Amino acid sequence: MVENRRFLNVLTHLVLIIGVLVVAFPVYVAFIASTHEAGAFVRGVIPLTPGDHFWATYSQMLGSGWQVAGAPPVWLMLANSTIMALAIAFGKITISILSAFAIVYFRFRFRLLAFWIIFITLMLPVEVRIIPTYAVVANLGMLNSYAGLTLPLIASATATFLFRQFFMTVPEELMEASRVDGAGPMKFFKDILLPVSITNIAALFVIMFIYGWVQYLWPLLVTTQEDFYTIVLGIKRLMASSDRVPAWNLIMATVTLAMVPPVMVVLLMQKLFVKGLTETEK
Amino acid sequence: MQTKRSTYRHRWLPYLLLAPQLAITLVFFIWPASQAVKSSFERTDAFGFKTTFVGLSNYARVLADPGYLNALGRTAIFAVSVTVLSMGVALLLAVCVNRVIKSARFYTTLLVWPYAVAPVVAGVLWWFLFNPTIGLLPHLLDWFGINWNHRVSGTQAMILITIAAAWKQISYNFLFFLAGLQSVPHSLIEAAAIDGATPFKRFWTIVFPLLSPTTFFLMIININYVMFDTFGVIDATTAGGPGTATMTLVYKVYTDGVAGLNIGSSSAQSVILMGIVILLTFIQFRYVERRVNY
Repeated sequence: MVENRRFLNVLTHLVLIIGVLVVAFPVYVAFIASTHEAGAFVRGVIPLTPGDHFWATYSQMLGSGWQVAGAPPVWLMLANSTIMALAIAFGKITISILSAFAIVYFRFRFRLLAFWIIFITLMLPVEVRIIPTYAVVANLGMLNSYAGLTLPLIASATATFLFRQFFMTVPEELMEASRVDGAGPMKFFKDILLPVSITNIAALFVIMFIYGWVQYLWPLLVTTQEDFYTIVLGIKRLMASSDRVPAWNLIMATVTLAMVPPVMVVLLMQKLFVKGLTETEK
Repeated sequence: MQTKRSTYRHRWLPYLLLAPQLAITLVFFIWPASQAVKSSFERTDAFGFKTTFVGLSNYARVLADPGYLNALGRTAIFAVSVTVLSMGVALLLAVCVNRVIKSARFYTTLLVWPYAVAPVVAGVLWWFLFNPTIGLLPHLLDWFGINWNHRVSGTQAMILITIAAAWKQISYNFLFFLAGLQSVPHSLIEAAAIDGATPFKRFWTIVFPLLSPTTFFLMIININYVMFDTFGVIDATTAGGPGTATMTLVYKVYTDGVAGLNIGSSSAQSVILMGIVILLTFIQFRYVERRVNY
């Protein structure tokens, strides 16, 4: 800073500490709730200090689940979420890097048309076309399947744009040199373009993984069998039954477990995450 | 549209490369969207036997429906409140982090993680805190003589979803504001300091105007977020209630189409939503273009 003002510096840290605490507070309360036994919530307020049922709660949820509520074990829902998030991230990156390669490095008929068809998907988030998309997936017999969960979310103009922008900045000489050396387009793609894109791929992967993990409306529509519940969906199912049996500790343990994987991804790959976020949205 | 200086020519390879994305786009985007447009002009009888073309009457009914206009108004209030709240808090935090040089990274780490929390989960977390029987915040509010029950009070339900939706979005706005602040030229601030401007004056007269592209960009993104991504927040906390107090446009498409099975009306609503997205995307692109020349 330009000048040093003691008061302002103290105030700055104070604001930041309060901000960090307020942001973290709901998660803290949820975690604390998950370490108590169900009886702790019958009277009075939510406890604010840890209880001693951490292992009991988490081993029950991860193991057998909560049978009364009709939800599968949490490990199964975590596995489903992981499969869904990975499939969406892999799928989006694969199809968009291929189409961006075609659009940037080839000259062919209908190139502009293809570009516009992809571009239009930017304007059609799944939320605005819920019912007809559901009808398509149902007609294809893809309800209650991983394909039905992931395929409609895979097409993404954002990723294609990102790769297109990036490919435009790749030096022309790389492609010309590889051509002089007699390499065909796919060899150039595999041996030169993919390796130079690796940071962008990784950054996009982080963002798309989170995007896939937090999906809710779509899984809600296409999965009716418990075997395909994702963890985010499972929480809602647990909540729905909580009017009868308010097992807050179990619900909050599931909530905590649902947050751990994507939050860990953000924290461990913060640099890639920030890069991915700021570049995909611009 | 640009390509490279030198390009490949190949009879079928580019089509093959584009095929997966085009196939998915056509099957899951273009086709359903065109179906939505088509059925927005049709009405199906109660037994699903007969479908007749009814012109614009679905639209007329939707736009004359007090329930729809109510949802439109609620969505607008919701969008403005969430945008103002989350952007305000995010800007304050970003300004603070930008001031502390040594611990900036530390604080950033502690502020960005809610991005990874699913909207449903954000809803559940705040719903738990505000739970009228066991929640912590209703107990605190009780001391101030406020009786909190978002199952009864529409205003309180709105406050609940606003806080939950804004909480999740702070991290995103924070990162963009921080990036914007870091690109403000230091020389400008130093010059103002030499002229005797206080830190607060410097912020409002130099930094904030220079941030306006970021602010504008974030406004569009936040409105988009509130309109489409808050379905989970609402479904987990209020499910549109009490009554229709927290019924947003997307939530109404869902309840009318999935629960109410009113396909004609729901399709007309979808098409109107598409119109809104196209408008928002258009504004965003116009802005991006202008910023390049900035």
